[in-house]
Amino acid sequence: MIAATEPIRILPKSRADGGEGQFLEVSMGPQHPSTHGVFRMDVVLDGERIVKLKPVFGYLHRNHEKIAEHETYLGSMPYTDRLDYFCSLTNNWAYALAVEKLAGIQVPERAEYIRIITAELTRFQNHAALIGFLTQDMGASGTPLMYAFRERETILDLFESLTGARMMCNYMRFGGCRVDLPAGWLDHAKKFVATLPRFLDEFERLLASNEILMARTQGVGVLSKELAVNAGVTGPVLRASGVNYDVRKVDKYGIYDRFAFKIPMGEHGDTYDRYMVRLLEMRESLNILNQALKDIPEGPIVDPKTRIRGFKPKPGEAYGRIEAPKGELGFYLVSDGTSNPYRYRVRPPSLMNLTVLEQLCIGRNVADVVVILGSIDIVMGEVDR
Amino acid sequence: MFGEGILKGLAETARNFLGSYVSKKRLTTVQYPEERLPQIEAYRNFPFLVYDGEDWQQGLRCVSCFICEKECPPKCIFIEKSTDKKPDAVGKPQFYPTVFNIDVSVCMSCQICVEVCPFDAIKMDTDFELSTDNRFSGLLWDKKHLAKSNEHYHKIHPTEAAVVDAQLAAERAKVAAKAKAAAEAKPAAAPATPPPVPAATEK
Amino acid sequence: MTLENIKSEVEAKVPGCALEIVANPSPSGQHSLRIDPAHAVAIAAFMRDAEHLRFDYCSNVTGIDWPGKEISEKVKVKKLVDGVEQEVEEVRKSQTVGHLEVVYHLYSMEKKHGPVILRMRTEDRAEKVHLPSLTSVWQSADFQEREIFDLYGVVFDGHPDLRRILMWDGFKDHPMRKDYVEPDDYEYEPTAHDEVLERARQHRTVMGAQ
Repeated sequence: MIAATEPIRILPKSRADGGEGQFLEVSMGPQHPSTHGVFRMDVVLDGERIVKLKPVFGYLHRNHEKIAEHETYLGSMPYTDRLDYFCSLTNNWAYALAVEKLAGIQVPERAEYIRIITAELTRFQNHAALIGFLTQDMGASGTPLMYAFRERETILDLFESLTGARMMCNYMRFGGCRVDLPAGWLDHAKKFVATLPRFLDEFERLLASNEILMARTQGVGVLSKELAVNAGVTGPVLRASGVNYDVRKVDKYGIYDRFAFKIPMGEHGDTYDRYMVRLLEMRESLNILNQALKDIPEGPIVDPKTRIRGFKPKPGEAYGRIEAPKGELGFYLVSDGTSNPYRYRVRPPSLMNLTVLEQLCIGRNVADVVVILGSIDIVMGEVDR
Repeated sequence: MFGEGILKGLAETARNFLGSYVSKKRLTTVQYPEERLPQIEAYRNFPFLVYDGEDWQQGLRCVSCFICEKECPPKCIFIEKSTDKKPDAVGKPQFYPTVFNIDVSVCMSCQICVEVCPFDAIKMDTDFELSTDNRFSGLLWDKKHLAKSNEHYHKIHPTEAAVVDAQLAAERAKVAAKAKAAAEAKPAAAPATPPPVPAATEK
Repeated sequence: MTLENIKSEVEAKVPGCALEIVANPSPSGQHSLRIDPAHAVAIAAFMRDAEHLRFDYCSNVTGIDWPGKEISEKVKVKKLVDGVEQEVEEVRKSQTVGHLEVVYHLYSMEKKHGPVILRMRTEDRAEKVHLPSLTSVWQSADFQEREIFDLYGVVFDGHPDLRRILMWDGFKDHPMRKDYVEPDDYEYEPTAHDEVLERARQHRTVMGAQ
């Protein structure tokens, strides 16, 4: 059919531009510690400055969407864990939400609370780890990352005692959750959540006024409000540019309208704002967690009318979306009345946030590319699907 | 003052470093395999087949209904059905699997097989040290490798196993009562042998 | 603001465009608007810029493959059977062309409403697979349209950089199409599935290796 266009070539810099040297094309990645997985950037350099940058991905592509067309609706649930493998529980929720919209399933109240608790814990550990990775990208070799992972480990222990797995949770079901909270889980979670502000304070003392961090992030990779909206950037990256858009507030999916929480926003849209927005979002997550852990009612955890086997939604289509830690995660499903989805589409926030990568990087140094990419927060499992 | 922020950060790392000599809590790593963390009850890793009683072949709860094979998302289960029947866990005569293979190099421990199994025959194991010298045949587990006793199930997931046992006991009682009623109603027509109940299933 | 209102408004503002509301029978109630490719860019730009609509955020762009179906009709035909004229039922088969569909989910970040769903169809699945690109209106369509080009083979006219995105450049087919046949020369691992082994064996025999 139609051949792909040619890849970027080395372009000699014309004398008209006043240059003597050549542009240099560098392939950054795919095996590079700063690219957060197998991600490659074709970078054209003028000295140390970026002239052109094309992200190249697909190294982890396994055609998740095609696989899902051959699976039952439930059978795709464990595969969603493997999209953004840092946040399997929010992936589960997004998929469950889309199917619930498609089939018109109601979720019991207790299950909604459990979903919010797990999702906010997921958001917390994702942001903590991301800040660790970001500082690692700037050369803080490991210390903040290890501090973040220390807390993340405890959150993963909570997930494990609830779902049976640390990362590949496969926990949500259509119309609820798979198992109820085990005995003592709530108390344990409450106690642990109470220690988290101390961790955030420690994190802030460690990093907040660090001069190197400020020099490397402030004014780097500025994303304007207009571009962010037009390019479909979502999540903390969007809010760091000063756009007040959070699917938790806009759609009020689940029972988010019952909780009081704020949406942190940046004003410059640079890397520092993206970092700070995440730090503040973690505090807001704790806020939601405290309310949810206090108010969670007793009751069933799954809609008894939903069938595990032989689940066949009526023909139609639905798009369900949630605010995943990385941005808007959506699932678009088309049913033809059989037990397999006719079309199954993931709208991955990581991929969409990469749209602006070139615009953020042009004119910056190579070392800034690493920091900008780190602040966008990508996971290749989700970008490539 | 320039550098103040860095010094503040270094004070924090120093507090953690020196604190690790005083407080055990600050030492977060565990020296595996010499030291091990306690296992969490809900932990799951790869399925196994439950059998009741002493003889793993006789006591296997699986009736080879192929539901798990069909529902398995990565399609790692392979079953062949028997031609004859044997009594299952509740005492009804049922088919049994002559071949039951799980390719654990494909299995992703999603435990959907466990959820869909109507006979409580397949459950999740907790074994994670599974290195083998052959990545093909060593990771294709057959029926013998997969069969583990109900006692093992009770050891790794006590809460869950107790619930399953109670359900099975209730069902067994129901089947026995039905068989008794049938035998009383039609003493002449009913078969002489009541369905045998597998021994040593009660915990 | 209902879909009917949007439809009549767009029809008034973009002369000559043909819109059609596609009902969605599922409980989600997300009905969509089919637009004609010729006016797509104008419609999209209007929906983005109109003061009270302001669909400035194009969230999700995706393709769907609708292959041609075989339709069999039962027709009563008079025929001579053994010299006697009888009415016989005959099954006539016909093939529909099929098409590729592209779906855009629009939201408004400014007004916080949505979604409005736009759909476009190609004429067939082989040659006339051209649709206008909406990347000039929403940059967020950039990667997603590339993905549809890659996986479905829809050619977006006016796209700034239409290359394969997930598959490699030398790849031929479009894997998300329903009639895609996967190549039989995967490096199959030993597996419990006989059909897979058989396919791998056949490939080796055909290729003369082994």
